[in-house]
Amino acid sequence: MRARTAERPQKWGNPFTYFVALLFIGLCVAPVLYIVLGGFRTNAQISTSPAGLPEPWVAGNYLDVLGSVTFWGEFANSLVVALASTVGTVVLGLMVSFVLARYDFRFKGAMYSLFAAGLMFPMVIAITPLYIVVKNLGLVDNLLGVIVPQIAFGLPTTVIILVPFLRAIPREIEEAAAIDGTGRLGFFFRMVVPLSRPGVVTVGILGFIGSWNNYVLPLYVLNSQANFTLPLGVQAFSSQYSVDTAKVLAFTSLAMLPAMAFFAAFEKKIVGGLTGAVKG
Amino acid sequence: MSNTLGTEPVDGPQSQGTPRAGRAAPSARPAPRPAAPRRRRGRAKLRFEIAVLSGPAVLVFLAFVIFPVALAAFYGFYRWHGYGPPTDWVGLRNYRLILTDPAFQQVLWHTGVILVLSLAVQGPLAIGLALLLNQRIRGRSAIRILIFVPYVVSEVIVGTGWSLMLQSNGALNDLLAHVGLGFLRADWLADPDLAIWTLLGIISWKYIGFAVILMLAGLQSIPEELSEAAQIDGASYWQIQRLVTLPLLGPTIRIWAFLSIIGSLQLFDLVYIIWGPYVAGTAGTSTMAIYMVGQGRNAGNYGYGSAIAVVMFLISLVVALLYQRFLLRRDLRGALTEGAS
Repeated sequence: MRARTAERPQKWGNPFTYFVALLFIGLCVAPVLYIVLGGFRTNAQISTSPAGLPEPWVAGNYLDVLGSVTFWGEFANSLVVALASTVGTVVLGLMVSFVLARYDFRFKGAMYSLFAAGLMFPMVIAITPLYIVVKNLGLVDNLLGVIVPQIAFGLPTTVIILVPFLRAIPREIEEAAAIDGTGRLGFFFRMVVPLSRPGVVTVGILGFIGSWNNYVLPLYVLNSQANFTLPLGVQAFSSQYSVDTAKVLAFTSLAMLPAMAFFAAFEKKIVGGLTGAVKG
Repeated sequence: MSNTLGTEPVDGPQSQGTPRAGRAAPSARPAPRPAAPRRRRGRAKLRFEIAVLSGPAVLVFLAFVIFPVALAAFYGFYRWHGYGPPTDWVGLRNYRLILTDPAFQQVLWHTGVILVLSLAVQGPLAIGLALLLNQRIRGRSAIRILIFVPYVVSEVIVGTGWSLMLQSNGALNDLLAHVGLGFLRADWLADPDLAIWTLLGIISWKYIGFAVILMLAGLQSIPEELSEAAQIDGASYWQIQRLVTLPLLGPTIRIWAFLSIIGSLQLFDLVYIIWGPYVAGTAGTSTMAIYMVGQGRNAGNYGYGSAIAVVMFLISLVVALLYQRFLLRRDLRGALTEGAS
């Protein structure tokens, strides 16, 4: 994707473009800013002037949240769940995508269709029986009860994105590896894993953000506060402190920071991955 | 060797035109001694590799995706309140109930409204914004990050933030009063005539960034030469957009619309967080998924809830297959059905 060099017709001059862009960005960002700035206000400020700016700025709400065991416990749970789900999805997805892309066997088409059809099964539809399965495995109120189903539901997207990457690795490389005495598994680890990195990164980011933000599954599976992930924590906190709006806003902003930072760091890869997905 | 590898064009999905390496897999390696026993051992080894590599993913997928969905289909034939194994087989009665259930018709209507209006509002807006932002302006990557912010923020946070802002004594009404639009003040969340529009506004806010980014990505894959050529031929800016750019953006638009439709059919989190299953019913924002969870987990009618889940799945499936059959065929080249064969 090279930077474009051609001149555009100048009928729609730049000022208009910037105006619309700024307006749009304002609409996108204002509610988020409201949450972040609201955390710096007091409840009195919020009730007398709901749309005002902090005056004076108060850091107490943020400090309270940052000093609370609950927040950090939930943060740690979210991190464990997101990392484990992401690693699991990527590792299992890469392995099965490799098979689907480069082996030939009778049930290959069926297997691929099965995973592709998985795109039609969102978690919400299967949530009740999924909860029953998790319960029968004794994983209720256990982080594993969130992690394993998340891996399973992450697989379809992973397979759809990774299979084309793995197919695109030229056969000559595989043959050269074979001549050098590397088996298929050696080829997998030494060649496939590094070469499919762009796809892996995209899938990993999508998995991480998806897991970090997942709400339905933790809602069903986790029921003690010590095991809550941040989305559940935000909701519990906001009903527990429903009168303390400022503190709820502080908690909420701190809960969204990690996903935002993660996204800002990898923004180019996400957009690149989307481009690939659209073209593929 | 690694030097040559680095220059291979492997950095993007390019399924078409790539020779399928898998087909020749068993004979991919030159066999210096093609003795029969060795070949048989090779086949066994191949099977072993396939099993080891695909086994874990297939097992996890079957156990946690396919099995629960099948289980939902099974429970749908029972009247079952969730205690003990289901025993009260009622056949298709749950499904007949769904057909005549006024509450279900209502949530189906809500879902339909959300689906159609999401397409009608977000689509044109996103295309327009993407065309605008595709120009050479400063700070493009910063803009891209900022318009993606709502999409990255989780549903819980969006829900919590918006429900605070939209309360009758909340920030939006205060803002309206301050800028002299006080007559527009309203009870955005509780007024049943208004709540669905509020929901649509929040949905558009949350998901339009994704649409814009997708459209931008699509626009960038259109060769610049085409609009240049049209420009040389004397076409105006609007003619170029209408006759050159938009048709070429077609695949992107169709994929976006597909994702949007499926998302609308399964909308749950936002409504559940802002309204909760019961208030959503009275506020007129209840969706199929909300009704399903409300019937299943909250009211204890697991059999009926499962039947609703099956109906939701069937609607999604039919929509997806029809859409793929008639609109997406060229774009996806049958990603859902092609298989890897």
